[in-house]
Amino acid sequence: MHHQKNLIATDIETYLKQHENKGLLRLITCGSVDDGKSTLIGRLLYDSKMIFEDQLLAIEKDSKKVGTQGGELDLALLVDGLQSEREQGITIDVAYRFFSTDKRKFIIADTPGHEQYTRNMATGASTADLAIVLIDARQGVLTQTRRHSYIVSLLGIRHMVVAINKMDLVDFSQERFEDIKRDYEQLIPSLPNHERISFEYLPISALNGDNVVYLSSNTPWYKGIALMELLDTVDIEQPNNTDEGKFRFPVQYVNRPHLDFRGFSGTIAAGSIKTGDEITILPSGKTTRIKSIILPGISDRVVCGKEELLTAKEAFAPMAITLTTEDEVDISRGDMIVRSDHLPRVSNSLKVMMVWMSDVPMKLTESYYIKSATTVLKGSFDHINYKVDVNTYERLQVNELHLNDIASCKLVLNRPIAADPYTINRYTGSFIVIDRMTNNTLGAGMIIDVSRREQDSLMSNQREYTQAEIELNAYIRKHYPEWKCINIS
Amino acid sequence: MINEKRLTHLKQLEAESIHIMREVVAEFENPAMLYSIGKDSSVMLHLAQKAFYPAPPPFPLVHVDTMWKFREMIDFRDRRAKEVGMDLIIHVNPNGIDMNISPFEHGSALHTDIMKTEGLKQMLDIYKFDAVFGGARRDEEKSRAKERIYSFRDKFHRWDPKNQRPELWNIYNGRHHQGESIRVFPLSNWTELDIWQYIYLEQIPIVPLYFAAKRPVVEMGGTLIMVDDERMPEELRKTAKDKVVRFRTLGCYPLTGAIESKATTLSEIIQEMLLTTTSERQGRLIDTDSAGSMEKKKIEGYF
Repeated sequence: MHHQKNLIATDIETYLKQHENKGLLRLITCGSVDDGKSTLIGRLLYDSKMIFEDQLLAIEKDSKKVGTQGGELDLALLVDGLQSEREQGITIDVAYRFFSTDKRKFIIADTPGHEQYTRNMATGASTADLAIVLIDARQGVLTQTRRHSYIVSLLGIRHMVVAINKMDLVDFSQERFEDIKRDYEQLIPSLPNHERISFEYLPISALNGDNVVYLSSNTPWYKGIALMELLDTVDIEQPNNTDEGKFRFPVQYVNRPHLDFRGFSGTIAAGSIKTGDEITILPSGKTTRIKSIILPGISDRVVCGKEELLTAKEAFAPMAITLTTEDEVDISRGDMIVRSDHLPRVSNSLKVMMVWMSDVPMKLTESYYIKSATTVLKGSFDHINYKVDVNTYERLQVNELHLNDIASCKLVLNRPIAADPYTINRYTGSFIVIDRMTNNTLGAGMIIDVSRREQDSLMSNQREYTQAEIELNAYIRKHYPEWKCINIS
Repeated sequence: MINEKRLTHLKQLEAESIHIMREVVAEFENPAMLYSIGKDSSVMLHLAQKAFYPAPPPFPLVHVDTMWKFREMIDFRDRRAKEVGMDLIIHVNPNGIDMNISPFEHGSALHTDIMKTEGLKQMLDIYKFDAVFGGARRDEEKSRAKERIYSFRDKFHRWDPKNQRPELWNIYNGRHHQGESIRVFPLSNWTELDIWQYIYLEQIPIVPLYFAAKRPVVEMGGTLIMVDDERMPEELRKTAKDKVVRFRTLGCYPLTGAIESKATTLSEIIQEMLLTTTSERQGRLIDTDSAGSMEKKKIEGYF
């Protein structure tokens, strides 16, 4: 933001106008202990002038005491937080960093590269759109590169930036860069969802700043853009927003301040909705129409009760809104409101990918709490299809899961829920597993497939209708809307 | 605000904070909002109003008073609670009252420990809140960067940085046993700049001390301390000079440094913040007690 200092100093109002309309990009950085990950983040913060003088003074002092750069400014110390970690010289948990440019605000999930902390990487990747995978130019593609790439791909990032770091230590060799790029390209076909991911390769030196914020004169052969520019321009459109039909609204909270008002609050997980749209409540299958869409507003207490509410004709993901319906239908927390023209499957049997995050192993048939979107129910794992070795991508047969295991399983719930595959929607296709005794979060799951068979037996209106029935139904809905006949087509 | 079905970063942060607050109210029996009267609390309160609109937020505001807050803060607190229509619970550690605690006499460490950390724990034990909202942000301090949005505390209110629950997507695990509680940080992903920009855009009321005005200040160890009442020792008060100052952060008046500034409007404050070269906690005397001091306080139960 330093190049905007003039504007800030001379015309703050214009600057603020510009900055109202910034986008937001969440990213994750992955690398091994010595790949220079903390140094890269420190560099991004430092070069985007997000470091204040007093913080800089503190790390200058620390650099002399515990720094690894021989008393030189150790940018890694900016991001290595907790005391115990600083002493060990490694980061041990997920930390979040922030910086911004004129165009975007960035949230970085900084996760450790140690093998036993796979769970932290999954945590950081769960909200990220983009991953920076760091590779030490001297080492090339290592086992941990394969592991990190697999995990972030599995968790649904859409952009992978392969940053080949420490180029200064290999004389900025184009040949070395191309070799590593070629090696990396070979592992792409094995990555989950790789056809949905864009891949970029950058030669950088986090320590000296080459190609981080500015293009480096040390790599004239590199024809791409610097990392910061890439982060500023990469596409961050929510893919779910454009698909209007796929409206998904997990009901969080029923807002009922008095008898005349009953609103259903929640965050739109996908798609968009307009007033008057026909909606279906799942899992009950009841239908009604949207009466109003209430935006988050500030109550004017003077006209309490009689005030005109702040509403919109249309809303889209990821807005937090409150809906009211035309009819009084039974809707409670944990239900999902969807548009009737695009129903998700409803089932109690799910094919899932699990990341196990606890020292307590996952055992088949053991009962767990499952929290998915805003609903909590009980469930157990019926079967482990296979476990993935994240280093070799091999599939293994196992009977239980241990900390940091990733496996394909069949999950059976005690009642049906509406769900989407994770690749279609992160927020209606994910869940966490909670220990019923300790209440700890044991694992995270991604829905691969919602079984059709169980759905048939559970949804009364899901049988195959004849053409005559469909036409009759359409006739009734068109000419006798007051009958409130459901749509079976 | 709505631009081709894309939300700006502030609107996304707003939606995320609202989601967190609604989730807490839906899943907990007895939530409360810790209200510190500062700018972050002002934003948090504003977001709570929005989250439950058109109803008032369905939980009380709680202030752990140290008896040493600026007087303007206390006036502002009482006025805002009335305007918003929320219950206001005020707790003061009676041990502090008994010993007539003073940061001038007992030092900042003891004062903070008794009036803030101990006072907070007492309050939680008395009212048995199972979830408490706090306005902390991850960009404030290094040990905060690793804090979860739902921060689990055992029945002694302690935080264990090595044993935090993993937190994925926007699914929060609020399950807990009797006596255990969760501190919830809905502003986790906001930065200082986001906070100011949002206050500016939404015209959120804040304590006037944030704006520059002529105020009587004394110099204590290189820090400008405002003379807010007669309890400041006489010999210090004698040295007071009128200066045009404002505060970047608000706390107990003897522990909060003022900065010389001419910023009297929100846009001028933001301008000053963007051009400044020191971080906001620099005005807080408690952080510099010892290295890693925030982490130590948090393990003991400090917010």
